[in-house]
Amino acid sequence: MTPAVDVARIARRFGRVQALDDVSLAVGQGEFFGLLGPNGAGKTTLISILAGLVRPDRGSARIMGHDVVADYRLARRALGMVPQELVFDPFFTVRETLELQAGYFGLAGNDAWIDEILHHLALTTKADANMRSLSGGMKRRVLVGQALVHKPPVIVLDEPTAGVDVELRQNLWAFIRKLNQDGHTIILTTHYLEEAEALCGRIAMLKAGRIVALDSTRNLLSRFAGITVRLVAPAVPAAWLPRVLRREGSVHFLGLERHAELESLLAALREEKIEIAELALQEADLEQVFLRIMSGERATAAEAVTP
Amino acid sequence: MIRVAGAGWVTLFYKELLRFWKVSFQTIAAPVLTSLLYLLIFSHVLESKVSVFGGQVRYTAFLIPGLVMMSVLQNAFANTSSSLIQSKVTGNIIFVLLPPLSPAELFFAYVLGAMVRGMTVGLGVFAVTLWFDPGLLQLPHPLWALAFALLGSAILATLGLIAGIWADKFDQLAAFQNFIIVPLTFLSGVFYSIHTLPPFWQALSHFNPFFYMIDGFRYGFFGLSDVSPWISLGIVAGCCAALTAITLALLQRGWKLRP
Repeated sequence: MTPAVDVARIARRFGRVQALDDVSLAVGQGEFFGLLGPNGAGKTTLISILAGLVRPDRGSARIMGHDVVADYRLARRALGMVPQELVFDPFFTVRETLELQAGYFGLAGNDAWIDEILHHLALTTKADANMRSLSGGMKRRVLVGQALVHKPPVIVLDEPTAGVDVELRQNLWAFIRKLNQDGHTIILTTHYLEEAEALCGRIAMLKAGRIVALDSTRNLLSRFAGITVRLVAPAVPAAWLPRVLRREGSVHFLGLERHAELESLLAALREEKIEIAELALQEADLEQVFLRIMSGERATAAEAVTP
Repeated sequence: MIRVAGAGWVTLFYKELLRFWKVSFQTIAAPVLTSLLYLLIFSHVLESKVSVFGGQVRYTAFLIPGLVMMSVLQNAFANTSSSLIQSKVTGNIIFVLLPPLSPAELFFAYVLGAMVRGMTVGLGVFAVTLWFDPGLLQLPHPLWALAFALLGSAILATLGLIAGIWADKFDQLAAFQNFIIVPLTFLSGVFYSIHTLPPFWQALSHFNPFFYMIDGFRYGFFGLSDVSPWISLGIVAGCCAALTAITLALLQRGWKLRP
């Protein structure tokens, strides 16, 4: 089956910044795919290339088999994109905004579908309100609606829940999950790791324009299933310094591969006469995986790239 | 309710119309009033002092087509340039970049929308100024006037498109307008016949494409002009074709819009 999204050796430089460096990945139809990475990792550049908003220096990208440059009409028809910024046109109402967006795709008279979108996004009562009068969360939902007017098989959401309150975030998740169940391929970039963990079947992690991990969420979690030790102490034994994932004052986060290693950590602490103020074990979650990968566990990360 | 059947660019064209129509007090009524003020002041001060076309035409009558054309040009420019810069600054330009619209479709939707705005304001100015000289309604060559109004508005709409895409901030757009568009318009013979100028300035005026737009447009009203309307038509049509080709090439390359 044609992949929903197929990115081959994409590179893009902005001035002196290599935003993307030889990125390849494929997302199958019907997948719920997460694109994670710190700010400036290249997530937005990558999805902008998919949407035809930015041109790659090298490499190619296809949406449902259509090249985003050479075959842009079909590629754009197959893609719905929710941008990160809360953008809107202050001249129009919610309904007009959706009708215009449908019109740009050459669609008219799809009022039934627009009504359905309005209903699912809880915007029916706001249909005739001017965009200017909407709250941030409502504007975000209109953006989701605009991405859906042409019923695209592939939907890209660039941090859709940034700045959205908790209740609305749950509603949006439920709606996006339903879209995925209906057969849409979803690609999500997010800062909220719990969001990715809860929703995404597969995840790519980007760092400085490169993919440093690409695997199913389950595999990532088990591959990095190691335990994180939260140690509050004045120092860390010298031999254990390379294992420090993160440090906040006297709070140290150390990565262990197995529970058995805890014994040698305690031995080292005793030997160096370091007093333990607090010690706790934390199970792996996506945040730990993310921290480990971003803190540069190169060997493991490189291994993770090969699927 | 927005119902536009057919190609996507038709909706974009329609949106461009709605955009200025929803604020028509500012986009149509205001420029009509401005032109009316120009007419009141200039005709009052200069009517008895300036002779044009060897005295065959009253100064007020001479001035009216110039003001009409100036309104057409300025408003065509204002429509594309302000639409683009507003969309870019607010970020909603993304709504027209995501759909499958070709560079040519984007170009024609924006340019046609701006031409309608220019022509609407021009008609408004003409209607109001007729009160000063109802005789102008019997223009001898209406098709000539129409041709120059269409070509002139297309040229300025295209320039506005280029300026709107080029500018990143409102002050850059204002500079483009104040240092290029306004001088070329004011020095084109809106307010005077270039035959009243010293030879040097008269010669220089021939390098200003805006001069040919105004002069050709005026020919439609009086059957009189500073240069042959055919020459003006050739130059104006040539400018229009060249600018169209340049802009289409820029859009094709994604200049500034799809970096």
